[in-house]
Amino acid sequence: MGKMTNNLVQIEEGIKFIPGASAFVAPLNKLINWGRAGSIWPATFGLACCAIEMMVAGASTNDLDRFGIIFRASPRQADCLILAGTITKKMAPIVRRVYDQMPEPRYVIAMGSCACTGGLFDTYAVVQGADEFLPVDVYIPGCPPRPEALLEGIMKLQEKIMQEQGRWSQFA
Amino acid sequence: MEPIRIAAQLEEKFPDSILGIMEHRGQVTTSVARTPIVEIIQFLKTEHQMNHLNCLCGVDNLHRTAHVGERFEVIYQLYSIENRILLRLKAQVPEAEPAIDSICGLWTGANWLERETYDLFGIIFNNHPNLKRILTPDDWQGHPLRKDYALKGDQEWSGFEQLKEKAAQLKQFEF
Repeated sequence: MGKMTNNLVQIEEGIKFIPGASAFVAPLNKLINWGRAGSIWPATFGLACCAIEMMVAGASTNDLDRFGIIFRASPRQADCLILAGTITKKMAPIVRRVYDQMPEPRYVIAMGSCACTGGLFDTYAVVQGADEFLPVDVYIPGCPPRPEALLEGIMKLQEKIMQEQGRWSQFA
Repeated sequence: MEPIRIAAQLEEKFPDSILGIMEHRGQVTTSVARTPIVEIIQFLKTEHQMNHLNCLCGVDNLHRTAHVGERFEVIYQLYSIENRILLRLKAQVPEAEPAIDSICGLWTGANWLERETYDLFGIIFNNHPNLKRILTPDDWQGHPLRKDYALKGDQEWSGFEQLKEKAAQLKQFEF
């Protein structure tokens, strides 16, 4: 038995794999967080010019697949909403509806100055920051942010997910 | 035919309705009264092959000091594809009764352009088949491109207020 424990393979800090048994040994919080952080599936929801940078970030140069990030065309299959661009007041109810269709756990990334604060459009038609009607997890400044900045934002979201405690049950 | 000569012919044909002809850097602008606008454009379309409606938009001259004429103007950019001529018409629309006849009968494409002008300037197009707002939400108050419209708007749009209420209600169901 002592030999078996020595054979455990550490794949992430605190998460161990038992070779030949298809089993992990880890605290549940850590295991679930690790799984979620490694499979962020964002909904493609481009609202304005930031969407171009989001597309570049998703292209082969940056290769988001290596982080387990796969863009989904339906909010029902996604667990991260990247708000890429200006949110107008006319569009805001639709943004909220897309968010409401996403299954828990769900995360929101506000990409670019407009989604964070309204940006330079301090006018009658533009929402002054997505956090007026959505719980935003990560804010990425920039007009527009470079693909590297979006990547950094997603890394920050992964760090945030790894810090979560007991988000896998309502009773925890 | 030169655009300036077309404008001169227009003045012969509609002497009471042509208020002025301006030429600037080869671009001819004709200021016209709003009443016979459909007849004027019909004349240009049939007699002078001005067969392409390049653009239709509105102007609010509220704060322009050197401006003579009415507060609102509806601008028609007409282009002749055969003769490669551009002619600009500025129809004067008074503030007291901001209305002008629709040219949807001449170009179907004028439909959305007139709706946009109505939405943003509040200029009513008579005989328009579907004069509804096109850019702002249907229950929007006011016309945003008017110069006396506040940058941040006079009041919050009711739809956005409802959305914020809904977001506050749904917050208790967060996982």
